[in-house]
Amino acid sequence: MPRKSTHIDMTAMCDVAFLLLTFFMLATSFKPPEPVVVRTPGSTSTVAIPDGYMLITLDKAGRVFFSVDDVIAKKAIIEQINEEKGLGLNATEINNFVIGGPIGVKFSQMKSLLALSPSQQSDFAKTAPGIPTDTTGNYETNELAFWIATSRYHMPKARFAIKADGEAKYPEINRVIATLGKLKLFKFNFITDPKGIPAGTALFEEHYGNKAK
Amino acid sequence: MADIEVKGKKGNPRIDLTPMVDLGFLLLTFFIMTTTMSKPKAMEIQMPYKDDIIKEEDQNKIKNDEALTILLSKENRIYYYHGIGNDPANPPKVEVTYFKDKDGIRDVLIQKKKTVQDLISQGVLSAKDRVAVLIKPDLNSTTDDLINILDEMTINAIPVYAVVDITPVDKEFITATEQANPQ
Repeated sequence: MPRKSTHIDMTAMCDVAFLLLTFFMLATSFKPPEPVVVRTPGSTSTVAIPDGYMLITLDKAGRVFFSVDDVIAKKAIIEQINEEKGLGLNATEINNFVIGGPIGVKFSQMKSLLALSPSQQSDFAKTAPGIPTDTTGNYETNELAFWIATSRYHMPKARFAIKADGEAKYPEINRVIATLGKLKLFKFNFITDPKGIPAGTALFEEHYGNKAK
Repeated sequence: MADIEVKGKKGNPRIDLTPMVDLGFLLLTFFIMTTTMSKPKAMEIQMPYKDDIIKEEDQNKIKNDEALTILLSKENRIYYYHGIGNDPANPPKVEVTYFKDKDGIRDVLIQKKKTVQDLISQGVLSAKDRVAVLIKPDLNSTTDDLINILDEMTINAIPVYAVVDITPVDKEFITATEQANPQ
């Protein structure tokens, strides 16, 4: 008997692969670039953060970074800060801010930071000193307050999110909360990892009891 | 293995689709690695309204019987006592616990809720009184502790709670308890 050919028709496999690909392309979104590594604590909250928020990142060592995800507002914010603080940024540097990631330096170092490209900025972020948040001083020395106030002017409905590392000490997180308090901002969010609701507790009854009804 | 048919034969030329499948899986792997399906979860916080103009008299409306003060300390330790602790003549009994599922702070909170409920049915507290928890983190506690205790508030459905600054009196309670139980 002549040897039968062993070819397999790969059309079906190709269809499966592209179906999976289409699913992932439609159902997911790109992860935002995060140069600062932060391990957030867990909580049972299931509220997802809405779009259009300002993010204050606090890493383990207590360094504060600030970022905004609205590109149009970013341009307006950096232009106002450039004018009010006299940073002397040119067009490329302003553009680098708009497309770049979180900022973690004093205003005086902003020009040298923004002269770098966004990927270089990410490398620099690992050793950046963080934005000063001196709450013992006044509005002028607390640069985080200045960032927040300027951003609020351009994004009045934006929510605030604090992404703090679980091991950051309380005095550091208190400085951020106190800065927000000085600006009369008492409602904000903490970004947390999801955690299951423990059985036998009041929240468990409320959550699963309601679903059963 | 599929071959491209010899030129002489008419009919459908067969194309090997194996590289197409490889391409598909490469793109799939790229998208799986660089995207995320879940948006980060956010925990809503409402801090007590602080205005330098508001006077002290409007702030202390918590009754001693319904209050539980929690002091967060180093190494995820929790010191707690019943009441507000602002009476120097009657220092409260300070106890220690941890963030455990059993015999931890959760059981303390559940017990406190039962106690307040009993006091309401006995008539000592009015029907409008509810458990109030004061959370005072000290300088050595971490964000983990703060978020965990706020999460315990939600898990146990504590209606009234606030994060306030730790007082020197509370700091003394902590040092006194630590000295009494050296470990």
